[in-house]
Amino acid sequence: MAADRTPAETGLAALFDRLKGSLPGDVAVREGALAGFAERGLPHRRVEEFKYTDLRALLREAPPFAERPGPADLAMAFNYGRAFTDVGAAHLTIANGHVATELTETGAMPAGIEVVPLNAALAEGHPLLAQLGAVELARLNPVYELNTAFMADGAVIHVPAGVAVAQPVHLRFVNTGLATFATATRVLVVVEAGASLVLLESHEGPDGLAYQTNGVVEMVVGDGATVQHVRLNAEGRDAVALSTLTAKLGADVTFASLNMVTGTTLSRHQVYVQFSGENTTGRIDGANLLGGRQHADTTLVVDHAVPHCTSREMHKTVLDGDATGVFQGKIIVRPHAQKTDGGMKSDALLLSEGATMNNKPELEIFADDVVCGHGATCGALDEDLLFYLKSRGLPQPEAESLLLQAFLGQALEFVEHEGVRDALIARVEAWLASRG
Amino acid sequence: MLEIKNLVVQIEDNRILNGLDLTVSDGEVADIMGPNGSGKSTLSYVIAGKEDYEVLDGEILLDGENVLEMEADARAAAGIFLAFQYPLEIPGVGTMTFLKAAMNAQRKARGEPELTTPELIKSVNAAGETLEIKRDFLKRALNVGFSGGEKKRMEILQMALLQPRICILDETDSGLDIDALRIVSEGVNKLRDEKRAFLVITHYQRLLNYIVPDTVHVMSAGRIVKTGGKELALELEANGYADYRGPATEAA
Repeated sequence: MAADRTPAETGLAALFDRLKGSLPGDVAVREGALAGFAERGLPHRRVEEFKYTDLRALLREAPPFAERPGPADLAMAFNYGRAFTDVGAAHLTIANGHVATELTETGAMPAGIEVVPLNAALAEGHPLLAQLGAVELARLNPVYELNTAFMADGAVIHVPAGVAVAQPVHLRFVNTGLATFATATRVLVVVEAGASLVLLESHEGPDGLAYQTNGVVEMVVGDGATVQHVRLNAEGRDAVALSTLTAKLGADVTFASLNMVTGTTLSRHQVYVQFSGENTTGRIDGANLLGGRQHADTTLVVDHAVPHCTSREMHKTVLDGDATGVFQGKIIVRPHAQKTDGGMKSDALLLSEGATMNNKPELEIFADDVVCGHGATCGALDEDLLFYLKSRGLPQPEAESLLLQAFLGQALEFVEHEGVRDALIARVEAWLASRG
Repeated sequence: MLEIKNLVVQIEDNRILNGLDLTVSDGEVADIMGPNGSGKSTLSYVIAGKEDYEVLDGEILLDGENVLEMEADARAAAGIFLAFQYPLEIPGVGTMTFLKAAMNAQRKARGEPELTTPELIKSVNAAGETLEIKRDFLKRALNVGFSGGEKKRMEILQMALLQPRICILDETDSGLDIDALRIVSEGVNKLRDEKRAFLVITHYQRLLNYIVPDTVHVMSAGRIVKTGGKELALELEANGYADYRGPATEAA
């Protein structure tokens, strides 16, 4: 970081000096990550991957990291944690970035799996932590580096070989407080060969509170395993959420991850998927419902390093008010990754004059026997379809809602768990109803 | 009763309807024939409330009430139904979901209680039987992957369920084979009664063998230029529209 440090960059350096002695685990790893970050600083618009989301300009300050909340704050936080309560999941609550053992039914986790709070795992040197950073491309990402420097808590989830977990595991992130704060959480999910897991993440907090979250989820998925992951960003309207998902997929894996965004003023969800074994299928889907002055960025890197894999992305964005959406998707097909089948689609519906969508799909193909395609669309609701529905008696708002539900449904239909899918559809309906 | 008085309509400075007058009484089946570009489809869209058109003059009265001030959905609730020439495909919207939304929206607008799902299924199955619509179709997204004939049958199914006051059929016979034409016509005929009026827009006389009209109107250059009984359709089929062509118009 040169002489022109922003207040946020200076603040992060100062925070690190203050905190490093008290954070669990190997401080050298944290120092290395912060040094890497400091070299380049917060990414700005001249850094290609951050062209549409200039973090140097958008993150003005570095708020202090939240302490482990006391009982009163926990009770309040719990009130915000309403997502996925009715899907029969086992919940692990993480309040203000710290595992809330008081509210956590860790004992009620599905049989056969191991769930350890990250701070304990770091303190005791849990052997699975060696698998952190499995996706190399993500390691130099500045948001990931910051998380490595500051991660305070989270979880290690271990599904041993052959264990099929029927009950979804729900990571319930809730945020609360009266003053601005930051969190840095890390979750490592190791799903061994032949195992299966449904993992839910929800992120919630109150409107009117300017907090910043930086969450990383890393998955290492063994041969023949199945993972279904659904993430919901329903943070407060004044929050900033930076998130990274990495997934290293073995052979014969079925992997699906969907991210729904309704919350935050600024969000950036980064996904790095690395195909490391043959005959694996992976999907990364998104459903974004944005209004006001919300800015939501989804940046994907899908890395086909081996032959005979299939990847699909279906990203849907609905924008109202002065909202801005960003979709950057890159499919990399390495020279020996023959017979790769990759398809990426990002569609946006703009409901207002002030809404903006930036779509940037990219293909980097170094193999010669592949089928890869991408498509991006941006437009208003189809007037002819609206007229057709109105001519059958549906008033304009209902006709719009029906078309918007259908539009988002093309991504949500890939959520296989029916209860979870219904919960997301209910979120869509609530959002549409709140448009008025 | 539907009364259209001196209707003048343009789209993008292109005059399509030029002072059209037309009355369709309760229980009447009125047929409109006319050459391409005479304004038949425009008339159907303007009655149904499509917004692309600019109405410069005239009135459209349904039972004495001017519908031109109403949005398309209010016109539907008042009893106007347009069977589209090209029914639209709506990916992601299940046919049953759509039918339920449409029926309940109209009932709500009229202050009637909403249908329960079992009631809906019962009505849909009964109407679907006449139209030989496979139940499997009702599970699919509306019109997606349907053949031309299947889409037209779905239009008539909607008409049967919504029980409109005035049914406008815009070239419902186009793209139908003989069997589909018979099925669709039977579906329409079943809905005929002394209260319900029909405005049937056709290119060819063929449909009128199945749906026998009470009156036939010839439309040319945006006006009704001749009115007669069903024999007029046969005369047109034999002689063509040469006698009725007005000044050339560009739009459809």
